[in-house]
Amino acid sequence: MNPLQETFQQTESILRTENANIYYGQFLALKGINLDVQKNKVTAFIGPSGCGKSTLLRCYNRLNDLIPSFRLEGKISYYDRDLYAPNIDPVQVRRKIGMVFQKPNPFPKSIYDNIAYGARINGYKGDMDELVEKSLKGAALWDEVKDKLKQDGRAISGGQQQRLCIARAIAVQPDIVLMDEPCSALDPISTIKVEELIHELKEQYTIVIVTHNMQQASRVADTTAFFNVKVTDQGNRQGFLVECDRTEVIFQNPREESTQQYISGRFG
Amino acid sequence: MSFTNNSASRTIQSRSAKERTLNTGFIVFSQIFAWSVAGTLIWLACLVGWQAIPAISKFGLGFVFTSSWNPPQESFGVWPEVYGTLASSFIALALSVPIGLGVAIFLSEDYLPTPVQRVLVFLVELLAAIPSVVFGLWGIFVLIPFLKELTPLKSPALLPAALVLGVMILPTITAISRDAMINVPQDLRQAAYGLGATRWETIIQILIPAASSGIIGGVMLALGRALGETMAVTMLIGNANQVSLSLFAPANSIAARLANQFAEASGLQVSALMYAALILFGLTLAINIIAQLLVTRLQKI
Repeated sequence: MNPLQETFQQTESILRTENANIYYGQFLALKGINLDVQKNKVTAFIGPSGCGKSTLLRCYNRLNDLIPSFRLEGKISYYDRDLYAPNIDPVQVRRKIGMVFQKPNPFPKSIYDNIAYGARINGYKGDMDELVEKSLKGAALWDEVKDKLKQDGRAISGGQQQRLCIARAIAVQPDIVLMDEPCSALDPISTIKVEELIHELKEQYTIVIVTHNMQQASRVADTTAFFNVKVTDQGNRQGFLVECDRTEVIFQNPREESTQQYISGRFG
Repeated sequence: MSFTNNSASRTIQSRSAKERTLNTGFIVFSQIFAWSVAGTLIWLACLVGWQAIPAISKFGLGFVFTSSWNPPQESFGVWPEVYGTLASSFIALALSVPIGLGVAIFLSEDYLPTPVQRVLVFLVELLAAIPSVVFGLWGIFVLIPFLKELTPLKSPALLPAALVLGVMILPTITAISRDAMINVPQDLRQAAYGLGATRWETIIQILIPAASSGIIGGVMLALGRALGETMAVTMLIGNANQVSLSLFAPANSIAARLANQFAEASGLQVSALMYAALILFGLTLAINIIAQLLVTRLQKI
């Protein structure tokens, strides 16, 4: 065992995926996933379009439950609790495991209420002004919006909206923040701001980020998982996990040929 | 790669005379049609207004607040009709807004399998296709006898008219609210669920506010329809020239007054009816303008 792998295995795993098969109806979208997400680390999911990385991400906070044909085989656990056990309330899962989406999606409410909404439905009893300020500071947005908290959340720039969505997610005080290509709709400067934010956030949160941008993965992630897709005999596209390791290993010395090819831009 | 420099490739064909004529013709014709639609509205308003002038000059604004309708003595006022119109419409709204919104929520979320949902949506919309005279007949032969059993109701009155109006405007409210709910971006639903909102929290606190411009538009459209509805109301309201706060007392509406009296009216009475029509016209116009303003304002938010 090389020294890199040793440190990789030292930290505690917060999300554990064991033999997961994800179906939409009869169609197997992701096959045989075994993957651990380490606590207080940034884990990036990379891979070509259609490889199911976003699908897996949405399993972690049970957002796929909203799709009627969705079905999971295998086990996904948060610490040692099975997220898909019958007595688990998906609403409670989502309060622990927050999400930031591809397109900034602030509510048609004021900046203040965008943040306060999640806290209110979670029964937050403390000082709301303080929480809003703390969350906006946490998302590096406070200085830009502190004088216009009553303004509509959709009236600010796209990059600011996305940071507002991050602030909204952390205001609920989750353990894990899932990010589904959070920068794909943003300009380069806003992207850098969000990436800097991710670095700060991992002190307190565990972050799982899906990204199309390999440089982004190499910049922000401690661990990187590479997914690929193959076409089955029936002509369906089926995603699978190729490998998951420390980001340096994936980018400099991957075990698999296909990872090497994807990283160097030869496909995907 | 080089561009050829000969003059033939540089000329751009001018449009043929035929094409130009067709084009101008098309523009002129569609302009005429557009103006004629707007013109019809203005012409109608002018005509009604013109014929109402004798009554306007005789009764002034007091017409709206006077309760007598006495053709032999040429004393006219529409206060009971204005009251009946507004009361029946707002009672109808009070009944059908909660029900319509509830149905819209039920039919816009995935509570039902899609085929069942489609059938239900179709049936609700079909409710709008029933002629109002049929609603009136149903009111006379089913609703009024039924209400007589249960309530102090003795004759056609405000309550049965308002109830039937409520049923008649239900599809408008349901269909438009449902469209508005469906058109709320999927993003917002996911954002709310992603924060740990329950389904109800998502519907009540996110989806309905986001769809509010459409919902209010639908309610206003329904109100406009309720104010002007003639046949069913005439058959059920009792056509009594009185203002009574009781729901079980016969009442009247502007539209019912017009429908009942045009045939035998003459002289100043015709003018008074035109004045009443003008008031109804103004009322629905005002409702529609308010609806437009509300919708545009809410869309900006």
